[in-house]
Amino acid sequence: MSNVIKIKRGLDIKLKQNDFNESVQPVGVTRFAVKPTDFHGLVPRLLVREGDTVRAGDALFADKVCPEVRIVSPVSGTVEAVVRGDKRKLLEIVVTEDASVEPQSVEKLAPAAADRQQVKDWMLKYGFWPMLRQRPYAIVANPQDTPKAVFVSGFDSAPLAPAYEKILAGRADDLQAGLDALARLTNGKVHLSVHVNQGENTVFHTLKGVELHTFSGPHPAGSVGVQIHHIDAVNKGESVWYMNPQDVAAMGRTMRTGVFDATRVIAVTGSEVTAPGYVAVKYGACLSFLTSCLAGDHVRVVSGNVLTGEKVAQDGFLGYYDHQVTVLPEGDYYEFMGWLAPGFGKFSFSRLFPACLCRKHAYRMDTNMHGSHRAFVMTGQYEKVVPMDIYPVQLLKAILAEDIERMEQLGIYEVAEEDFALCEVICTSKMDVQSILRRGIDLMIKEMN
Amino acid sequence: MKALRNIVDKIKPNFEEGGKFAKLHSTFDAFESFLFVPNTVTGARGAQVRDAIDMKRTMITVVIALLPAMLFGMWNVGFQQALSTGIERTLMGNFWYGFLKVLPIIVVSYVVGLSIEFGVAQARGHEVNEGFLVSGLLIPLIMPVGVPLWIVALATAFSVVFVKEVFGGTGMNIWNPALVARAFGFFAYPTEISGDKVWIAGLKKGLAMDGFSGATPLAECAASVDGGQSVQSLSQLIDSLPSFCDMLIGRIPGSIGETSLIAILIGAVILLATGIASWKIMVSVFAGGALMGLFFNVLGINTYMQLPFYYHFVMGGFAFGAVFMATDPVSAAQTETGKWIYGLLIGIFAVLLRVVNPAYPEGMMLSILLMNTFASLIDYCVVDANIRRRARRVQVKA
Repeated sequence: MSNVIKIKRGLDIKLKQNDFNESVQPVGVTRFAVKPTDFHGLVPRLLVREGDTVRAGDALFADKVCPEVRIVSPVSGTVEAVVRGDKRKLLEIVVTEDASVEPQSVEKLAPAAADRQQVKDWMLKYGFWPMLRQRPYAIVANPQDTPKAVFVSGFDSAPLAPAYEKILAGRADDLQAGLDALARLTNGKVHLSVHVNQGENTVFHTLKGVELHTFSGPHPAGSVGVQIHHIDAVNKGESVWYMNPQDVAAMGRTMRTGVFDATRVIAVTGSEVTAPGYVAVKYGACLSFLTSCLAGDHVRVVSGNVLTGEKVAQDGFLGYYDHQVTVLPEGDYYEFMGWLAPGFGKFSFSRLFPACLCRKHAYRMDTNMHGSHRAFVMTGQYEKVVPMDIYPVQLLKAILAEDIERMEQLGIYEVAEEDFALCEVICTSKMDVQSILRRGIDLMIKEMN
Repeated sequence: MKALRNIVDKIKPNFEEGGKFAKLHSTFDAFESFLFVPNTVTGARGAQVRDAIDMKRTMITVVIALLPAMLFGMWNVGFQQALSTGIERTLMGNFWYGFLKVLPIIVVSYVVGLSIEFGVAQARGHEVNEGFLVSGLLIPLIMPVGVPLWIVALATAFSVVFVKEVFGGTGMNIWNPALVARAFGFFAYPTEISGDKVWIAGLKKGLAMDGFSGATPLAECAASVDGGQSVQSLSQLIDSLPSFCDMLIGRIPGSIGETSLIAILIGAVILLATGIASWKIMVSVFAGGALMGLFFNVLGINTYMQLPFYYHFVMGGFAFGAVFMATDPVSAAQTETGKWIYGLLIGIFAVLLRVVNPAYPEGMMLSILLMNTFASLIDYCVVDANIRRRARRVQVKA
């Protein structure tokens, strides 16, 4: 524990919710959907049609640019619908689980004895590859690259996020197998990060062949981009890969057992959930099971956390990379002179509200914007929540000016939306920081290829 | 409030696209969002919750921080007038006299500035920004009470149009609009708003008692030196100045809001407690002023240089500038390191200009405007250091 990386700048937003049930509850979900929009920069080529029978691990669509990257069905069943939006944009591929469909047999793999090519082929074949993402750009890792390191963050510091050390307790063998596989992919190290608050006896502390790092401090300490920045920052021309620890464990388990298993435990959270707790589902699970435990009608279901998540319908689907669902009250109300009122019970990072007097209070935050969009006026705010040697406002302005060279100089390769999410929350001018950043990243991808 | 909301909802369609008054959309929106925080919600992707802070609350807090200086200034206008004419008045009497003198200046500044802001927002299809709520109060507070209203109007219009709107509106300006308004008045109409007669109401009309000069402490200091040579000794100068205590409290002639260090410090406490103004800038401006003052004390060539450095804080607009002008986030340096440099240089130049260039008794205004100009350069250097750090990381590896 000697080398703790201390994150000083950041913010833990405390959200109110009912008592959290730590034991994992089973839920019966039979509909699943994979959303191509979850994969930035990926142009999908559909591989199935409505009515097709698919087995768990069978490809639903592939990347047009890099066809070996295939996104697979989490369950065996029938393709119920292919949902398209404007200009026939592929939105969802819905699969209904069918127990009568014979699951495919997956080749077992002993990663410790395998070489780089074997591991890569295995991951591409059985659909675990898209779980591996890269920095720069926070997109699916490019199989042609060799990353300088692989990162796994053993904790999520976002509001109400799941505690991976609890979810994965007792899964050391699966994790070890998964990490061994990841170690084959790089010539460098596999970095695993934990937070001091998780204690020193977690499952992560028992793993071998990885470099363990301990972080302390507030969110975004758990954001992998922040960890990469502090451990082995990405420079131009380099790439690092990262994966969520639950996905690492799922991959390890599949390698060991030979049965495709995309099960993950997600935290059902938020003030509008009557009984928050863990449930075991698979990626793309339909969230209609929530309906029975919502506190009201006028709520927003968010796949992910409140900082980076995506609003989904009440019968919408869990995102591919999400390990949490948050339900919030919708905030579409007018507030008389709200900007002048004292504002008890309102969350604010600033010291303009009574909230500054008691930082431990938990808030029932809603989705109201609390103001309208303005030009950049205040300075020094973003810097307080970005614990990196990066100038966030200057970088965002470079993006708005579409100045590629400047973006590069100011560190666009090191950041992704989640690293800047807090800026968006606390912004006085109500900037859409994450969408600006994504625009910059998309521009870089376009210019660099 | 439900009834009010219903009325707003009822007339709202008239101001939306296709409505009768669609051209007044920005104006309607400004009033509506003044009454009601809008019901807009966060987007489908990205942050799902937002901080309660917004620009209106930020700006109103600055206005509140300005109130002590404004209220004291109003009282002081009455007090100085009573002093100059030798009449006796109560505390409230002084305040009421000053209130009636100052209110028209504030009204003119707001009416002119906000009309332009609303008009431009309308023309551009933007929402009206709240920045002028602060500028509109800053302008009267840094004007002498004897300023003709047409100069206030002209200066406000000039600064809003040529300093703010031509650069793209709130958030885009290089110089502090309020200070430019002051500088515009100072340079365009020197006979009208400088000299010894403008600082006290009614002095120009010759209503003062015989022998009452009305000169500000800064003018007294400048007069103590002629062509770099002392014409007064230090003790003579200090005798001719109001007592240090009076200057601290602010019972001296000067621009309306700038005289009382105590009232300004109350504002500073509000700005720092709420975190709106940068403490780095505030501290470094005072530090810079003290450094330069001390340097002159050590040099001690003439009387003005020998004046103890802390006199600079209570005379003229030094404190007001440090607390309310230098800390304007738009025209100041934007990087945290840059803020230190920016503030320090403002303090240094303000005292330098005061002592070495007696043509402009008030160095603070010019010093801040000068550093506004260079703030981007300071930021450029600070950000460039970051860029070089990043570039070096690659070289080390290679």
